Amino acid sequence: MVDITGERMADVLVAGGLVQAVGQSIDPPAGATVLDAAGCIVAPGLVDLHTHLRQPGREEAETVETGSRAAALGGYTAVVAMPNTEPALDSAAAVREVLELGMSVLCDVRVAGAITVGRLGKDLAPMGEMADLGVRLFTDDGDGVQDARLMRRAMEYASALGVTLAQHCEDKVLAAGGHMHEGEWSSRLGLPGQPAEAEELMVARDITLARLTGGRVHFLHLSTAGSVAMVRAAKAEGLAVTAEAAPHHFTLTDAAVASYETNFKVNPPLRTDADVAAVKAGLADGTIDAIATDHAPHAAEDKEVPFDQARPGMLGLETALALALTELDLPIAGVLALLSWNPARIAGIESAHGGPVAEGRPANLCVIDPAATWVVDAGALASRARNTPYAGRKLTGRVHHTLLRGEPVVIDGAATR
Amino acid sequence: MKHLLSIADLGADGIEEVMRVSDSFVEVSERAIPRVPALRGKTVVSLFYEESTRTRLSFEMAAKRLSADTMNFSVSTSSAKKGESLRDTCQTIEAMGVDAMVVRHSSAGVPWQVRSWVDCTVINAGDGWHEHPTQALLDCYTIRGSRGSLDGLRIAVVGDVKHSRVARSNVLAFTMLGAEVTIVAPPTLLPPSLDGWPVAVSHDLDNVLAKVDVVYLLRMQAERQSEALLPSLREYTARYGLTRKRVDLLPEDALIMHPGPINRGVEIAADVADLPRSLITRQVANGVAVRMAVLFLLLGSEPRA
Repeated sequence: MVDITGERMADVLVAGGLVQAVGQSIDPPAGATVLDAAGCIVAPGLVDLHTHLRQPGREEAETVETGSRAAALGGYTAVVAMPNTEPALDSAAAVREVLELGMSVLCDVRVAGAITVGRLGKDLAPMGEMADLGVRLFTDDGDGVQDARLMRRAMEYASALGVTLAQHCEDKVLAAGGHMHEGEWSSRLGLPGQPAEAEELMVARDITLARLTGGRVHFLHLSTAGSVAMVRAAKAEGLAVTAEAAPHHFTLTDAAVASYETNFKVNPPLRTDADVAAVKAGLADGTIDAIATDHAPHAAEDKEVPFDQARPGMLGLETALALALTELDLPIAGVLALLSWNPARIAGIESAHGGPVAEGRPANLCVIDPAATWVVDAGALASRARNTPYAGRKLTGRVHHTLLRGEPVVIDGAATR
Repeated sequence: MKHLLSIADLGADGIEEVMRVSDSFVEVSERAIPRVPALRGKTVVSLFYEESTRTRLSFEMAAKRLSADTMNFSVSTSSAKKGESLRDTCQTIEAMGVDAMVVRHSSAGVPWQVRSWVDCTVINAGDGWHEHPTQALLDCYTIRGSRGSLDGLRIAVVGDVKHSRVARSNVLAFTMLGAEVTIVAPPTLLPPSLDGWPVAVSHDLDNVLAKVDVVYLLRMQAERQSEALLPSLREYTARYGLTRKRVDLLPEDALIMHPGPINRGVEIAADVADLPRSLITRQVANGVAVRMAVLFLLLGSEPRA
């Protein structure tokens, strides 16, 4: 067993949605379901800060239910649904709809609210009424808030609510028209690029605004060496900033676009080897607090088009853990910190997720075989969409079981419902 | 080889082979009845998602002179306007039994995507800013016709390299054949990175012209002004246009080339385009023979499946 308190050998008894006992050689009560975890690691369930469930509006790509199944299979017991749905999640009514859809699915569904009405970057969305429903993260993800004055006001307003603003850092004017990272490969491939500086300008601006307002800022999907360096310096200064990185930003580079395969199109775009190395270093030294999937399902008709017309985004929930175990040179507890207890803290759900596996805690758990190897089969994924860039890739580390509030929603790698 | 997507697929030997085969098709083109039965029974479809006159007609004429059946798919008259996806269109056309698709698209990479969706031969007739391999072949062939070889020649490629598929393919082809290439452009019209490009760069056309064997001008598009890439076309012409006065800076025997269509008075002065040392019409004429060679090499050697 590995959790925030360390590693130990133990059996876990679960009943009534809670962990009832943790200890050596617990005898299962009569009639209990016994899940074998021999050779595996029992851990708190994973928490994804950045999931696009696509409901409402793009149910052909994903629904709350199908996304939750993908999450459970990936070891997640909680996901934060991004608000760039159609319509956007920018009011209590819209948030409530998704929360209700998430009541009976295979993972705990939390919602990030929009910072601005319609994610249009003009007027503040009613953050207070959404916070009253338990929303702890606000973002216009898909777009960054371009207007510095508006972002300043949002930070100031949010500080009274005890919530965190999460920024998709992209200066839209500088990035305009770019479909991949601007650099050697975009120049060769004849595709318009967006420079790393389009991300870095907004990271720099928001660090400056965090200093001005004292507000809490979470940086979504950091992808460049410059961004990582700025966040590292901001943390050293003591500013209230946190950051996440997506698996594709530490496992793939812009060279992959040479195939013109649209599953490699994502925003922020795949960057260079040096950026990948910087993201890995940021994950290792704590600059980047969490791995977040940016799970972004897209229907085939939105991907089987020319590269510059394809929607950006890739699936992530079912591959994130294995990619982290395969590609990051970190101890298992380090990987789980990035995937479970750190994001749980940022999402403000540490009372239910990511905490120690201990008596009386909610039984949101996963069982991982860290040595199991498997090959990603796009057709076998639980998401409604198929846009994984990892099809055919051999990975190490697989989820065997997932328990949500004590219910085994995944047993032996298969969803139970 | 089954497809021609990038000029890099051919390599120097492949380009030389296309040029050798082109020689015999130039001879065919000069006959009273310029037609050979080499591709009788083969069907070549032009799939053009972008306006083009010379490339489409050149491929069509090349296919006809090889006795292939030809079909045209152009976007204004097609189901693409009815919302059919690129993939569906390609697979529908292939189901009719075609041997090759000649693909032109305004988006980079489309021929690579088409190749992944169909089994027939795919020929890139220009994809976005990316590549235009048959243009590079006909340009190499044209230079070879005047100079015998490209080895050791100094070639200046002048203009909007950033947005130019011709520049990308030609830089690769010229350098593979041993030429030294200098690209001359304002910094705003260069690709963001030239890492891996075997070229020299200059922003001073006057200084470059005295030391070249070929000056290759790229088409300048008026919309570059509105994208803050240039103050004005007038300023572009003043600094980077091949004016009559600049022609005098060229060595006696230096050649002038342009992929067309030319903007007289912008990248090239009206009277310069018509000078004897300008190979612009020769390039067009050679285009048919070179495309015959490409079609023949890709389709002619194997029986139809």
